[in-house]
Amino acid sequence: MSKVEERKSEFEAKLKTYVGLPDGPVTVGRDPVNETMIRHWCEAMGDTNPVYVDAAAALAHGFEGLVAPPTMLQAWILPGYEMHDRSTMQSENKQLELHSLFDAEGYTGVVATNTEQEYTRYLRPGEEVHAETHIESISEQKTTGLGVGYFIVTRTLFTNQEGDDLGWMTFRVLKFRPSQPAAAADAEAAPAKPSRIKSPRGFDNAWWWEGIDEGRLLIQACNDCGALRHPPRPVCGACHSSEWGSIEASGRGTVHSYTVLYHPPIPGYDLPLPVALVDLEEGTRVVANLKGVPPDEIEIGMPVQCRVEDADETMKLPFFHPAAD
Amino acid sequence: MTNLLSGKAAIVGIGATEFSKNSGRSELRLAVEAIRMALDDAGLTAKDVDGMSVFTMETNPEIEVFRQIGGSELKFFSRIHYGGGAACATLQQAAMAIATGVAEVVVCYRAMNERSGHRFGTGIQNLQAAATTESSHYGWYAPYGLLTPASWVAMFAQRYLFETGATTEAFGHVAVADRRHAANNPAAWFYEQPITLEDHAASRWIVEPLRLLDCCQESDGAVAVVVTSAERARDLRQKPAILTGVAQGACDDQQMMTSFYRDDLTGIPEMGLVARQLYEQARITPKDIQTAVIYDHFTPFVLCQLEEFGFCERGEAKDFVQGGNIEIGGGLPINPHGGQLGEAYIHGLNGVAEGVRQIRGTSCNPVADVENVLVTAGTGVPTSGLLLGQA
Repeated sequence: MSKVEERKSEFEAKLKTYVGLPDGPVTVGRDPVNETMIRHWCEAMGDTNPVYVDAAAALAHGFEGLVAPPTMLQAWILPGYEMHDRSTMQSENKQLELHSLFDAEGYTGVVATNTEQEYTRYLRPGEEVHAETHIESISEQKTTGLGVGYFIVTRTLFTNQEGDDLGWMTFRVLKFRPSQPAAAADAEAAPAKPSRIKSPRGFDNAWWWEGIDEGRLLIQACNDCGALRHPPRPVCGACHSSEWGSIEASGRGTVHSYTVLYHPPIPGYDLPLPVALVDLEEGTRVVANLKGVPPDEIEIGMPVQCRVEDADETMKLPFFHPAAD
Repeated sequence: MTNLLSGKAAIVGIGATEFSKNSGRSELRLAVEAIRMALDDAGLTAKDVDGMSVFTMETNPEIEVFRQIGGSELKFFSRIHYGGGAACATLQQAAMAIATGVAEVVVCYRAMNERSGHRFGTGIQNLQAAATTESSHYGWYAPYGLLTPASWVAMFAQRYLFETGATTEAFGHVAVADRRHAANNPAAWFYEQPITLEDHAASRWIVEPLRLLDCCQESDGAVAVVVTSAERARDLRQKPAILTGVAQGACDDQQMMTSFYRDDLTGIPEMGLVARQLYEQARITPKDIQTAVIYDHFTPFVLCQLEEFGFCERGEAKDFVQGGNIEIGGGLPINPHGGQLGEAYIHGLNGVAEGVRQIRGTSCNPVADVENVLVTAGTGVPTSGLLLGQA
């Protein structure tokens, strides 16, 4: 077993000891069920059912008086704003202790994933709500869109001051390790980023593109008459010799013409994109993108300098930059 | 040099489907519809057809179209490469076949769902990975995003502006003329939708210095023309349009769309080569031409063509196009049908049909006393042109 695996199984063994434990003493709602809180809830939720706010209507529907909306069940025992300050909460809360254990192991992310609730009966004003929460289960390690982590399920049983069953709730959270969180999430969510179109490579041109791969801007040279030529071709245009070599260009040149691409959009290219036709000082002409100059400041005749740079993650290309004065 | 071609053949039938952005039917059906109309126009039947010449970019093989129209014996079929540069070259094929007795009746057609189907304006985004001479050629441009016809033309246009001192307003005059003519052509997509120079200047950049209104449409539709001998043409239904000149051209370090390595980027030498041949074949000069259908996929190359054909001096097209000179009523009305900016983009073959209408006097925008009409094909590519004259 590798050290990583060893550490993981140790950690998971520790996690298991928490399964089944109560997360703390029984919680008692700070206020008994009361008409004021019911009315506020109904107003906030836009719930206009009269049995929650109108005693006469409740009687007419067969209730003994006002009742609380069943979905308020958990609201009666929420700790309020103090929840955001752990130091003020019960020190022996096992769920918090468990979360700290995860944090220490790098699983610092937390996200609530889902909850289920079941209501046994309507609550009436004056009843006290008691809640007892257990850690029900901790999953195996899972790989999710957010990162690697564990799902923790707690189950809460609700009763009144007499011990009458009022309902139950399960609550599931994911504690995860947000290692390279954005990248990991993006990789799963987004398709691979398109790259630029690559030139086909054949007998006549592959050597030039391989030069670019190595960071060099080459110019084909006739072995017989010495004439330079671009784009590469198998036969010299001046003397028709098919014996050739190459020289490395200085990269210095001037803009002979240019265009700025605005439309159509091309996957893998950021528009607007300037493209220049450059007269190299050696005498040949080459097409490449211009960088480092706003489109409205490009001028025919401007001196430029070539640098071979990464065009994207898959290829290098020559780029012309305004020449330093 | 003796020319055995001039005056030997005539266009005797033209046909076209409606021009739209979504034809709702196959390119094959469009081809058949246009050819049937062209044959009806000529007073011929499919049984008379024994030759076909098309663009290599045509997706409907000539044998399939021939089968569909009910043809019987096909003795001549040929294809011309280089996009819209083939437009007039297909007529040259027809004329040569007829002049040599290889065929008697030749149909040229172009049918495409170029808007609802494969759009040329999206460029070569699917460049094949295998290295061929052509794919490797585009490999010098595509990695930099230079992969649409507009972007290739823009590189020439920018240099043209720089050297001639013209502004993009000169391009605007071409667009305004096309749209003015289209506004009076019920078959044009932009019928009754003229534009102003202000509209042109306000339209958005596509590839600087080309704006939206400098670029031709993308269209669905088909055009067909029927060619036969000048002699047989005399007995047919329509007034013949005689092919007094028809030529191809490629020269001076020619490349497909990217002849960027010539010393001078402000001209179109291959079109100059076509012009010289046409004038020589027809024995006329620029002043003998009353109207011209100038290939207008992008406005800048219209200016260059006016110069290459000698309608004005080099660098002076910017002045030539001023004051409505290229509009109906002007010195040289161009694209009376509205051109490919105004009528439709059918790879230039709709321009050939307009040339025929001008000879017949049946155009929506007829030019007075037409003796000779010039029609040109795609520019920036190996190209072609033709002259039509009265019988």
